[in-house]
Amino acid sequence: MFIELGHFALTLAFAVSLVQMVIPLIGAHKGWSGWMAMAEPAAIAQFLLTGLSFAALTYAFVTSDFSLRIVTANSHTLKPMLYKVSGVWGNHEGSMLLWVLIVTLFGAMAALFGGGLPPSLRARVLAVQSAIGAAFFAFILFTSNPFERLAMPPFDGRDLNPLLQDPGLAFHPPFLYLGYVGLSICFSFAVAALIEGRVDAAWGRWVRPWTLAAWICLTIGIALGSWWAYYELGWGGFWFWDPVENASFMPWLIAAALLHSAIVVEKRESLKSWTILLAIVAFGFSLIGAFITRSGIITSVHAFATDPTRGVFLLLILGVFMGGALTLFAARANAMEAKGVFGLVSRESALVFNNILLAVSAFVVFIGTIWPLVAEMAFDRKLSVGAPFFNMAFTPFMVILGIILPLGAIMPWKRARLGRAVRYLLPAMILAVALGALTWAMQTGRSALGPVGIALGTWLVSGAAMDLWMRAGRGAAGAKLARIARLPRADWGKAVAHSGLGITMIGIAGMMAWQQEDIRVAQIGERFEVGEYGILLDKVERVEGPNYLSTTATVTVWQADEQVATMYPEKRVYPVAAMPTTEAALDNGVLRDVYIAIGDPQDGGGWAIRTYIKPFANWIWAGALIMALGGLLSLSDRRVRVAAGARKERAAAPMPAE
Amino acid sequence: MLKRLILALALTLPLPALAVEPAEMLDDPAQEARAREVSKELRCLVCRNENIDDSNASLAKELRLLVRDRITEGDSNEEVIEYVVDRYGEYVLLKPTVTGSNLLLYIAGPAMLLIGFIVAMVYIRGRSRRTDVAADGLSPEEEARLKEIMGGK
Repeated sequence: MFIELGHFALTLAFAVSLVQMVIPLIGAHKGWSGWMAMAEPAAIAQFLLTGLSFAALTYAFVTSDFSLRIVTANSHTLKPMLYKVSGVWGNHEGSMLLWVLIVTLFGAMAALFGGGLPPSLRARVLAVQSAIGAAFFAFILFTSNPFERLAMPPFDGRDLNPLLQDPGLAFHPPFLYLGYVGLSICFSFAVAALIEGRVDAAWGRWVRPWTLAAWICLTIGIALGSWWAYYELGWGGFWFWDPVENASFMPWLIAAALLHSAIVVEKRESLKSWTILLAIVAFGFSLIGAFITRSGIITSVHAFATDPTRGVFLLLILGVFMGGALTLFAARANAMEAKGVFGLVSRESALVFNNILLAVSAFVVFIGTIWPLVAEMAFDRKLSVGAPFFNMAFTPFMVILGIILPLGAIMPWKRARLGRAVRYLLPAMILAVALGALTWAMQTGRSALGPVGIALGTWLVSGAAMDLWMRAGRGAAGAKLARIARLPRADWGKAVAHSGLGITMIGIAGMMAWQQEDIRVAQIGERFEVGEYGILLDKVERVEGPNYLSTTATVTVWQADEQVATMYPEKRVYPVAAMPTTEAALDNGVLRDVYIAIGDPQDGGGWAIRTYIKPFANWIWAGALIMALGGLLSLSDRRVRVAAGARKERAAAPMPAE
Repeated sequence: MLKRLILALALTLPLPALAVEPAEMLDDPAQEARAREVSKELRCLVCRNENIDDSNASLAKELRLLVRDRITEGDSNEEVIEYVVDRYGEYVLLKPTVTGSNLLLYIAGPAMLLIGFIVAMVYIRGRSRRTDVAADGLSPEEEARLKEIMGGK
């Protein structure tokens, strides 16, 4: 019964979205305030209806209602509760419902917090957002209905893919979707502004918090996914340049560019048409991501069970929204005249270069991802583009970005002097080069990757610190520190996010350059050395889990004669899904991770064991979280909060005439 | 009863292999290191975007053994890769060759960067030239706006 209610609510939400995408647009065009005003309650109703529908599906998973096709296909009574819930979005239909739920969530939030927007702009934003919602409601209802029943419900389900039964992955999709879909509201703002024909500083101020929120979620989502891949897939690799990973990385890069260019619109009223274009393209990449994951055109580890009609439908959505928005852009872009003027060396120019580097690096990832498809269709060549290509083609962009970032970040608006910026940052520069040189001297006969990563990371972190220090002005150190603590949160956010990037760079370079690996047959009770650690295999046992069987080894890790860790690497078999998995054991540390995986028993006795020492591994995700924290700090800045209140005050009490 | 059934079922399933297994490794550490390096460039044909070094698939194992065979025979890294490509096609290469149409793939990034750079320079020059004008005085619109604020006096 509740299931049918959920299905009905979804259909109703679709109907509401159809109305909401038309009426407010007409209202805004004709200037009819009643027609415009219907957008807000409609947006909230849409969200509540979709929420109800999502709740119904969750209920079906939690109560293991196997009369629903997707519950049978993705759940099992013995599965732990967390994975019953995460099973809702661990499949194509359910994840699309989550997707559309987030589209409506952002619509409702724009309706609730959009009080300061001019009524016509708000009506248009909500109408465009609703059009996106309508497209996905149609997609779900016509091609991927999660509420499909089975005529003959089976006794028990077929279980969720065991690889997906993991706490990191349970929360990875919601964050990722909040990010992906969050960009839809930026898209709506861009299209609404194009229809309106006006982009000004205020528009930049409205769009930035949304972009920031989407970017924060995308950062966390990607970090969770990468962390999951680290301990669950492969051998402690954290990024595989898989098409689906790339699909999430491209919107992240573009959103990062948008974040920065919106600052220029807000503060200097320049780069307007470019910012609009980025807002359109960012969501375009989200749609491309959805297309890549679900069409099966480019196969990958993560792709959901695929179906050509779904692919065609998604391509249609992509075509309509991108085609429409870009046509509108071509027609209206000229109307947006830039106002701010700035010199060749200035914060503005630095942000322009930031944007070029981020946008072109996203382009490189895009070309690499679709190249196998292009080569097959256009040139009849069947080939692969994998990690070695991306590492080579992508890394230089990040290195250049890292080099210019601290310089650009301390430059003043309008006109700066390079010599002065360099002079301010001299201590950071010396520290970075010294640490890089020290690392170079300490390692022998290895690649330049490690030292370059350490130098760049140090440069970014100390450059951010110098930026804060410089902002505190002159005076005694104590007074400066007090002033630093009172700096606006946006300044802190900027410094924290940029340091986070530096920390991630150190992590990536350190892990790739200095990872130690050992593969061998270990006898029980026999100690062997990997790097500075002694590894001892104590015992191997069979253990029964809630819905799997495990071969668990007990391994102790020693440093000289002191035991530093006990680890339990496992091999699991999930009988229902008939799938084996390797659960590596990790001993996390600040400066290194010890990573141990157990393999098969050997004929001559003993077990195959793989051991890695991965230096700085955790810095990769710590850096990403720090980046997200920087974003949050910036989002909580007084300017964002107070400006919202101030607009209301102004509306309530008009200024006396002078 | 049910648990025993599950246990019985589970024991018949294949256990996960460990990708590179101790038995297949070469005795000479230098040669083994080369084999690992070459393996990272080659795609496991039946997997999704995985190199043969990381893959548990049996075909990947065959390829790993083939690579090690060629290395012990005295092939250089390039010769090993050429040997594998001759048999399995360029699909096995994770980094496509820089030939023919693939040139586009390699040029696209740098070309885009160059175009972006040129467009940005033209834009910034345009912006900065205005600085000189603006420094001299207000634009007509700004004059008008100023008059409006000052009450038209």
